[in-house]
Amino acid sequence: MEKEQLEFHMNINRRRFLTTLGVGLGGVALGSLLVPDLFSGKDQQEALLQKLPQFAPKAKRIIYLFQNGAPSQLDLFDYKPLLSERFGQDLPASIRMGQRLTGMTSDQKKFPLAGSYFNFSQHGQTGAWFSELLPHTAGIADELCVIRSMYTEAINHDPALTFFQTGAQVGNRPSMGAWLSYGLGSENQNLPGFCVLLSKGKGNGQGVYSKLWTNGFLDSVHQGVQFSSGENPVLYLNNHEGIPGTDRREMLDKLAELNNENYANFADPEIKAKVQQYEMAFRMQTAVPEITDLSKEPESIVKMYGADCLTPGTYAANCLLARKLSESGVRFVQLYHQGWDGHGNLPNEIRGQCQDTDQASAALVKDLKQRGLLDETLVIWGGEFGRTNYCQGLLKKDNYGRDHHPRCFTIWMAGGGVKPGVYGETDEFGYNIVKNPVHVHDFHATVLHLMGLNHEELTFKHLGRRYRLTDVAGNVVKDIIKT
Amino acid sequence: MNKPLIVLASIAAGVAVLAACMQKQPDADRLPDQVSYNFHIRPILSDKCFKCHGPDVNHQEAGLRLDIPERALAALRETKGAFAIVPGFPDSSELIRRIVSDDPGYQMPTPDSHLGQLSEKEVALFRKWIKQGAKYERHWAFTAPKKPALPEVSDKKWAKNEIDYFILAGLDQAGLEHNDAADPEHLLKRAALDVTGLPPTPAVLDSFLQQPDDAAYAARVDQLLNSTAFGEKMAVHWLDVARYSDSYGYQDDNIRTQWAWRDWVIHAFNENLPYDQFVTWQLAGDLLPGASREQILATGFLRNHKYTEEGGVIPEEYRIEYNLDKTKTYSKGVLGLTVECAQCHDHKYDPFSQKDYYRLFAFFNNAKELGFEGDITSSKPAKMPVLKLTADEVHNTLQFINYKDTGSLMVSVMGENDTLRKTFVLNRGVYDQPTVQVLPAALPAVMSYDTVNIPRNRLGLAQWTVSRQNPLTARVWVNQVWQEIFGRGIVKTSGDFGMQGDLPSHPELLDWLAVDFMEHGWDTKRLIRQILLSNTYRQSARVSKKALQEDPENIYYSHAPRVRLQAESVRDLILSTSGLLVSEIGGPSVKPYQPKGLWEAATSGRGELATYQQDKGDKLYRRGIYTFIKLTVPPPSMILFDASNRDQCEVKRLQTNTPLQALAMLNDPLVLEASRVFAQKLLAGNKDATANISLAFRTILCRAPSSKEKEILGKYFEQQLDAFRKGKLDAAKTVAVGEYPPDPTADKAQQAALMKTINLIYNMEEAIVKS
Repeated sequence: MEKEQLEFHMNINRRRFLTTLGVGLGGVALGSLLVPDLFSGKDQQEALLQKLPQFAPKAKRIIYLFQNGAPSQLDLFDYKPLLSERFGQDLPASIRMGQRLTGMTSDQKKFPLAGSYFNFSQHGQTGAWFSELLPHTAGIADELCVIRSMYTEAINHDPALTFFQTGAQVGNRPSMGAWLSYGLGSENQNLPGFCVLLSKGKGNGQGVYSKLWTNGFLDSVHQGVQFSSGENPVLYLNNHEGIPGTDRREMLDKLAELNNENYANFADPEIKAKVQQYEMAFRMQTAVPEITDLSKEPESIVKMYGADCLTPGTYAANCLLARKLSESGVRFVQLYHQGWDGHGNLPNEIRGQCQDTDQASAALVKDLKQRGLLDETLVIWGGEFGRTNYCQGLLKKDNYGRDHHPRCFTIWMAGGGVKPGVYGETDEFGYNIVKNPVHVHDFHATVLHLMGLNHEELTFKHLGRRYRLTDVAGNVVKDIIKT
Repeated sequence: MNKPLIVLASIAAGVAVLAACMQKQPDADRLPDQVSYNFHIRPILSDKCFKCHGPDVNHQEAGLRLDIPERALAALRETKGAFAIVPGFPDSSELIRRIVSDDPGYQMPTPDSHLGQLSEKEVALFRKWIKQGAKYERHWAFTAPKKPALPEVSDKKWAKNEIDYFILAGLDQAGLEHNDAADPEHLLKRAALDVTGLPPTPAVLDSFLQQPDDAAYAARVDQLLNSTAFGEKMAVHWLDVARYSDSYGYQDDNIRTQWAWRDWVIHAFNENLPYDQFVTWQLAGDLLPGASREQILATGFLRNHKYTEEGGVIPEEYRIEYNLDKTKTYSKGVLGLTVECAQCHDHKYDPFSQKDYYRLFAFFNNAKELGFEGDITSSKPAKMPVLKLTADEVHNTLQFINYKDTGSLMVSVMGENDTLRKTFVLNRGVYDQPTVQVLPAALPAVMSYDTVNIPRNRLGLAQWTVSRQNPLTARVWVNQVWQEIFGRGIVKTSGDFGMQGDLPSHPELLDWLAVDFMEHGWDTKRLIRQILLSNTYRQSARVSKKALQEDPENIYYSHAPRVRLQAESVRDLILSTSGLLVSEIGGPSVKPYQPKGLWEAATSGRGELATYQQDKGDKLYRRGIYTFIKLTVPPPSMILFDASNRDQCEVKRLQTNTPLQALAMLNDPLVLEASRVFAQKLLAGNKDATANISLAFRTILCRAPSSKEKEILGKYFEQQLDAFRKGKLDAAKTVAVGEYPPDPTADKAQQAALMKTINLIYNMEEAIVKS
């Protein structure tokens, strides 16, 4: 505990360093992408910082497996036999209660209930339900905290996704990962604090956009850096073909000499900072390919994640890469996987999506556990909203579509100090929450809390207002946190 | 969009702990002789008290309001016989008792506000202010500027023009000294980059160096202002304000053609259209009597925001969203205010009620615009209302539009509905929760809206905006121009002139410039000329130890700032110095080299922009302003160098220094190709390595290399040449970069060695810095 407290205060030091960026420090390492682990020195913010949360963090790092497009909770986690019993019957108005609908189903005359085509069973000591589509995830049931009572306000992808990532449906606010980088810095001198990995499934896709990993008004050192496995893992990382690493070293030495000449003339600390940035770039050129090279993983690991993990750009490869980045100290690794937007042909599409993701998601959790990292790494799996219990388009036993549904959906978390179990409950129609609702702001507050940050105090003043990830709301869901 | 969250959003300005001391002044602990409400008290009140005791009528705890004297000095409603402020008697003032109290149940700010307690200095300021009578003042930025008299200064001879008087007075007060003049080479590089975004050529430098006196410098500045590159440089900032892009944004993010409006902006700056007209045309060109096509085109300004093409959205939700964006762009970009905070509730800090907000919003709410025209399968290059320009029209009357096609050109512009659409206050800012109806009116706290003499439409708003009595418009623009030149505005928070904004570092200078600007016909070129001809601007950028210690932010301008070039200029400098630049003005945006797979990884696969189709030939070498901006995946080399992502109105870019920038300078094919082509061109003219290196150095850095620099570079070249000759390095592979045709006759080893040396020069810190 003492050690954790100490580490936490080192983090505070880092943060203090960050908050002074762009102010008095002027050039000293201004805007280094790689935030130093500890910044010492006198600081006037001492008094204020004493007010910072005094609790120790449960988690040190996060891996967020974002299932972009909104997976159907009713076909994966939230078992509702009533929907099969009443298959094809209209959703009662008493349940819908005037919930606004998207333009895709608002003209439908009927809202026929669609029971899931898939079989469900209970797993682990928690007795959580999983459909047959998620055998691997079901296999780690006892590691998971399944939240069935998530809800949001947005009913369209872009605002909903933006909301989940930045705490606001519109605008250009900092992403979760940027806030954590701002609050806690990076643990690794050679890697950014916030990395982003993209992949696509075969299902109906919804694109992603760089605004989702933006630094917003925070310093751009906190921006998510897009990574990939394969040949060019980070933008402009690779030297041009004719330029080997040793030659690069020689060039950088000459460059430092030239820049130091100019420093002698102008005495601008920015010049020194520039020299350091080139050194960091050079270190990245060595460190990043080592991490993104998945070809040297042992057979047991490949088997665990599935053979796909050797194909760059797949979800499985990204899960494995996420583990490696996280293990190397990247504070926040954000994955996005497209293809969950099942407006039609849902049973078919979701089967394919699960084939692409189930094994690797579970493997990531197991892999972290076997390395002793699960306790300090929070893994999150989920989409931006849920899907309707009624059918969009033509309803058949084995084929249907589901529209967007903001009022309830399921996500899961593992490791990082969360308590395994099932949290929250929806009604028997799977339409409204009846117990323990968790709003997106609550989710953000809880995640920050697990990282040792008080969501009301992690703020940044921009154009007169103090912004936070949770805007002006959010309660920590204490029930799901290990004591 | 459902708005409750956003509503909540603005209810609270959250918490203070971390950022509270972002705006500290470098002064000592000494209290001023006369404590000023505007400069000493209001910033503290606003930051620590207004959240609960400010202008938001729904959140005035205990009925107390501290932003206006009538209420702040009145008897407290909840504490009988007590007064928050008793002028002359700090010890009898409840405010003082509470801010010094240790009792968590009594002290202010309350512990659960997370705002933190006041410092001893702040308490002392309050005591002195109350002792001196607790005099309130109107917010400086809401009072029309008056031209102040020039201050007394220590060294009148140094002052070239009025600007220098104000700067020197500040330096005198701070006990700092001005710097020596910059040498002519640095000065000309700085001026050329500030005015045109391009460095001077060696020939221009040479001719200037022959007689670098005042007259020659002034003539150079005029030449720069009259070059067409001026419009391109100025437009970059305005495109940030106007959130210009080449795609619709949101998830599917299809192509749009709004670039004709961008061509107009360049044209307007080059023609030096007075700023009052520049603003009027963009806000209401379509409503001007006998509006010309050009004036209508200008209103594209209000239509540059994002448009959703996501199937299934609720149209009204987005129509409202678009108007919120228009309101924000106008208020932040033109007035320098954060009015959007009043979208959901009365503003927490500034005297803008929620009703005021929707009155302003109402000006934009009568456009013939739809919230949703269909999903991406029916996407068009422009959205209603559309200005359709025939090729003939463009070629005959709108020649500034660089349009080579024969079909007609469509641009999204403004146009009013025939019957007035009613505007309502939206409860908590939610589109489907209208409450009371409001009529269009501008912000009364800034300046009253004369409904007798000006119409209640966008044209009226434009007239109100550019009125000589409007306290903000000229100040805000002058400040933005100053910011673009010095790297920081006289008001540092150039997007917030309200209560929470930073105070001007030189308030009298700002007012002098603003009034002078209006008195001389809102003449932007003249303003820039004044700044560039000042001795303040002409100082050397060398930093003394004293300055670094006592004024590390250089608030007092004891030396010229060293500022890294903006993203577009980094590209422009590399292209122009290497001889690759194609200096064609305007036209459809272009797609230069970009790392593979970026668009493809993010797209849903729908629409014209699912894959990146890189351009060929001349289009690879256009200025940065013409690089295609797809909103969901903006051009990476621009974003790395802090360009706006154009998602929303931005008035100020960040300035960062990251290893990703270093990687881009080292490995972006643009820089490598430029190095190769530059080497190729030099070798075609002269085989002498030393001369070539010196010329490359001088072209890129705009100065001659020192002997030490010559030595380092010469050695590097020799080593490289040796390695290439001996086959330790592969010359053929090295020079194989970029699509510009190679010179097959060139000696590859020589070319590769020179290319690497030039690449080294491009990577020098100084290369992309104004100093």
